[in-house]
Amino acid sequence: MNEFLLCAAGFILLTVAAGLFRVLRGPGDADRMMAAQLLGTGGIAALLLIASATPVAGVADVALGLALLAAFASVAFVNSVGADDGQAREADGK
Amino acid sequence: MSVLQILDVGLALLVLAVAVWTIAAREIFGAVVGYVAYGLLLSLVWIRLFAPDVALTEAAIGSGVTGVLLVTSGARLKGAGKASAAAKPSLSLRLSAAALSLLAAAALAGVILALPDPGPTLAPEARQHLAATGLGNPVTAVLIAWRSFDTMLEKIVLALAVVGVWSVASDLYWGGAPAPLGRANPQGALLLLEQTLVPLGILVGVHIFWVGADAPGGAFQAGAILAAMWMIVMIARVSEPPPVNSRWLRLALVAGPAVFIVAGLAGLGMAGYFFAYPDGFAKPIILFIEAFMLLTIAATLPVLVAGPPRRSFRP
Amino acid sequence: MSVALDLFSIVAIAAGAFFFFAGSVGLLRFPDSLTRLHALSKADNLGLGLVVLGLLPRVASLLDALKLVAIWALVLLSGAASAQLIGRALRRRGGDE
Repeated sequence: MNEFLLCAAGFILLTVAAGLFRVLRGPGDADRMMAAQLLGTGGIAALLLIASATPVAGVADVALGLALLAAFASVAFVNSVGADDGQAREADGK
Repeated sequence: MSVLQILDVGLALLVLAVAVWTIAAREIFGAVVGYVAYGLLLSLVWIRLFAPDVALTEAAIGSGVTGVLLVTSGARLKGAGKASAAAKPSLSLRLSAAALSLLAAAALAGVILALPDPGPTLAPEARQHLAATGLGNPVTAVLIAWRSFDTMLEKIVLALAVVGVWSVASDLYWGGAPAPLGRANPQGALLLLEQTLVPLGILVGVHIFWVGADAPGGAFQAGAILAAMWMIVMIARVSEPPPVNSRWLRLALVAGPAVFIVAGLAGLGMAGYFFAYPDGFAKPIILFIEAFMLLTIAATLPVLVAGPPRRSFRP
Repeated sequence: MSVALDLFSIVAIAAGAFFFFAGSVGLLRFPDSLTRLHALSKADNLGLGLVVLGLLPRVASLLDALKLVAIWALVLLSGAASAQLIGRALRRRGGDE
């Protein structure tokens, strides 16, 4: 059973890593961000699978932390597009 | 090779590939996304190296604070134009940089390959004396009891970093607040995320701080999570970055190192030397110090992300 | 009983892995950003959800089970919110670049 869990973890990591080719190709920054988010979710899944097969203390908390912060890069990205000339931020800053 | 070994080798190759991409990428945002992915993969690697404390730090810092910091600065640099790509260094400069890098890499590889097997370690000793601290997590014991001076200096470095960021403010704005972190009129989805995530995040942060005494976790990891929560509150414009001359902000920024120094001096008075914890009181003192460190870390990281003051001071 | 539970785990985890696979293929092959966003949310929600479902019979305590479900719920929330945000940002810029 453990072998199966590890194989599943490896398979998921492999597929989401293949998704990282979107980071190379783009074309838009949004596509790059999506690839990073997919890697995040896949990483959480792989982490849980590996933790279930090899006993390490505290892995659930690591996954909890990753899940909690899963949206942060995307939120920062959306927050920064459109405001990238700094005008909007400056204007309401004064 | 077993499945686990294949998985480890694959993970290592993936980390290397993403690292090469992050360095080689010509485009700022591509490199930033590569770095975020790299941090995430590193926390998987730390789990495979049986270091959940480090994995938790990497997860909390990498996907929270560093992610927001890099994405935001990447977008600002993009707006500033391509000044950085203007001058290409000369061939001789690039060759000597490459030679220097190769030398450093070869030296590192040499040191690692020359390590005796098993490597030198203080881990058994740390385990043996763990009971004296009353803690269950040897990592916390090393950080706050046996290497407390290092940890205290690390917290002072955080305060110095804030001084560095604030020092680039113009005189006009000194005493005022940094520019808002988020855009005006936040969207509904962002507000929903903020309202749901922040209470849960505070709960998880306090949980990780509390279990840190006996299990993987601790003040730094919890502080990074709480810092991320404060950042999303500011991105959603539910609160604004505080002005730099705010009394409570400054108190929060120095509380951790200050309590640490006071505890160290108290050790000098009560048990004979700096940072000696009196017998039987080690654990409560350690938790007391950690609570203030938590506050300082949670306050410092968002202040660093928010940047120097950009609005004039209004009393 | 344990064979049945193992079988359940295997089926659920394999299905979850399939959704990750499908999500990655969609991210790589779909023609524009909005459809790629659609592929991504399937992997986020169903892929991780099925993996968590498959791991539930194997947990040691109720607290661990709750943590697993909480992890999935957090990813659901994050995925839904960031899909909304990214989708709107794409539309504001005028679609499918």
